[in-house]
Amino acid sequence: MRVIEAILDVFRNPQFYSITLTASTPLIYASLGGVFSEVTGVVNIALEGIMLMGAFVSTAFAYYTGNPWIGILMAMVVGVGIAWLHAWASIKWWGDQIVSGTAIILIAQGITGFLMKPVFGQVGQTDLEKFKMIKHITKDINPIIRPIKLPFPENSFLGQAFGTISPLVILAFVSVFIGWFIIYKTTLGLRMRSVGENPEAADTLGVNVYRIRYFGVLMSGVFASIGGAFLSVGDTGIFKELMTGGRGFIALAAMILGNWNPIGAMFASLLFGASEAFANQLQSSKLIEVSSSVKPLFNMVPFIVTLIVIGGFIGKTRPPAADGIPYKKSE
Amino acid sequence: MEKYWGFIIPAVSVIVALVIAAFVIMAVGKSPIEAYAIMVKGAFGSSAAIVNTIVKTTPLILTGLAVGFGFRAGVFNIGAEGQMIMGALTATAVGINLGWAPPYFALSLTIIAGMLAGAGWAAIAGYLKAKTGAHEVVTTIMLNWIATYLSSYMVQVPLAVGSGTPKSPEIAPSAKLPILMKVGPMEMSAGIIISVIAAIVMYVLLEKTTTGYEVKAAGFNPYAAEYGGISISKNVTMSMAISGALAGLAGVVELMGVHHRFLGTLSGGKGFDGISIALIGQNHPIGIIFAALLMGALRTGSNEMQFAGISKHIVMIIQGIVIFLVAADRIVRTMILWRKRKKVKA
Repeated sequence: MRVIEAILDVFRNPQFYSITLTASTPLIYASLGGVFSEVTGVVNIALEGIMLMGAFVSTAFAYYTGNPWIGILMAMVVGVGIAWLHAWASIKWWGDQIVSGTAIILIAQGITGFLMKPVFGQVGQTDLEKFKMIKHITKDINPIIRPIKLPFPENSFLGQAFGTISPLVILAFVSVFIGWFIIYKTTLGLRMRSVGENPEAADTLGVNVYRIRYFGVLMSGVFASIGGAFLSVGDTGIFKELMTGGRGFIALAAMILGNWNPIGAMFASLLFGASEAFANQLQSSKLIEVSSSVKPLFNMVPFIVTLIVIGGFIGKTRPPAADGIPYKKSE
Repeated sequence: MEKYWGFIIPAVSVIVALVIAAFVIMAVGKSPIEAYAIMVKGAFGSSAAIVNTIVKTTPLILTGLAVGFGFRAGVFNIGAEGQMIMGALTATAVGINLGWAPPYFALSLTIIAGMLAGAGWAAIAGYLKAKTGAHEVVTTIMLNWIATYLSSYMVQVPLAVGSGTPKSPEIAPSAKLPILMKVGPMEMSAGIIISVIAAIVMYVLLEKTTTGYEVKAAGFNPYAAEYGGISISKNVTMSMAISGALAGLAGVVELMGVHHRFLGTLSGGKGFDGISIALIGQNHPIGIIFAALLMGALRTGSNEMQFAGISKHIVMIIQGIVIFLVAADRIVRTMILWRKRKKVKA
């Protein structure tokens, strides 16, 4: 019964809720990116790669300029660049979107690994002190975006859970709302959805299918790269090789579970984030003794939850009708 | 001309990727010619290097066949990595307990156990796709991570032996694949024969049997196939299982022929390499053998390059560019046909 006690204890701990937000934020950004792309009819499994590049680029610029916000900005620029590559292959050249996405993930993993040494002076993961020594930098560098304080009473439950929060977390929820507004309440959004459902009809009505699809895919680059950057400059301040660790795919699952709707995807991301936070908290629970060799079993939890959810609920959601199908405009 | 596209597109893609990678190498201040020379020498420069390349190629043929078979059947098995891990893990659990058994029994039992584990692991994704429509790309990626953490647990607790790097005990000598050739420290096991036989079996299965015909029909046009009386949901599960069995076999030959014990690094991205290999080999068993040899050589050669100060991640970049170009093969077609088209316009 200690296990049940430990589980209840996790839910009573404000830290669980704060970690849930931290774990969910990259997923919220990336799944929002996925929605933008797939609503227009382009499957984007490259999210994982774009996130990884976002994490890498933001860390690099944060280290070199000392300003993590410049890191975020550059991550967005590079994210759009990679997303463009995917858009170019899948929209202009009618490429297989899943295969192209796989290619981009590999390229991102290759480039980030390849550039570790030239950019940060060491492989594996970054170390700010070593970096400063190698590059002869003496000034102070803070690679993490400063959290802001919310006006909750300091010792209250809310204060402990959400009192100090990264502005990027708040921005994630704002982005979701803006994304939902664009897709469901504007003419642009109507065009995006029409292009994803029935490109032929949209084309007949004078909508530029290619341009709308480019917009959707490039936006996915913007959001997925911020999601990746959150992992580094938003949270830990370091970059680790392959640090996204499958989050791009969990974000895809969140998008599917959220029925290709930004708000649905946000709730699904929170669910997956909570499962990660749960596993994380349970293994460090003082009520049950968990030896370090059992930790891999806890790390499995988010992936098992995703698998079960995606296998059990997917029949109840429906992708855009033209999702993944290249549009071949007749001359 | 159309007949040759299957060969031309991957060949041109590989060349373009090598050229782009050359610029990447130049960008970090190294000489690409020197780098590629080291690579070729590292892969084929001595008999030990050649044996090493063949050893590296052996599991890659199998993961390439696994992914390629999936593509032919219309499923994208991005989970060969996890299936390979489950295959090797299960084969380890069986292999370490077969000290009493004669080789022919120990060998076949271990191989079958590993293949079944890979098949079962992949069949989960196939079943979910058939029953609920869950996309196999998402589910197999999740299964990859579960397999990774599960194996990491297994070699730290139930199967753990010794200290230092988590590892399992050695499998029984009777469950080790016979060594065909030994050059210095490099041993080439009979695994390469198993890989080539698997390629031949896949060729016969796809081209000469009704099952193969059904699998291809379901992959080519599921609606027409269903109309023609082929059960799509049965086919998806079966195709994933066969694909997973091949990936499991890759783990088995790596275990029984090279490491003889389970290590966390045993799969080492070979399942993901299978994607590039299948695409370069155009999902044809013979093409896959050559594509695997190319990738095996790149892997072996890149280890040498690493000593010369060029990160072996360059191989991933090369692979990524090749896959990208094969995915959008019209880019390559357009590049080749550029001159023709210009002439037509003039």
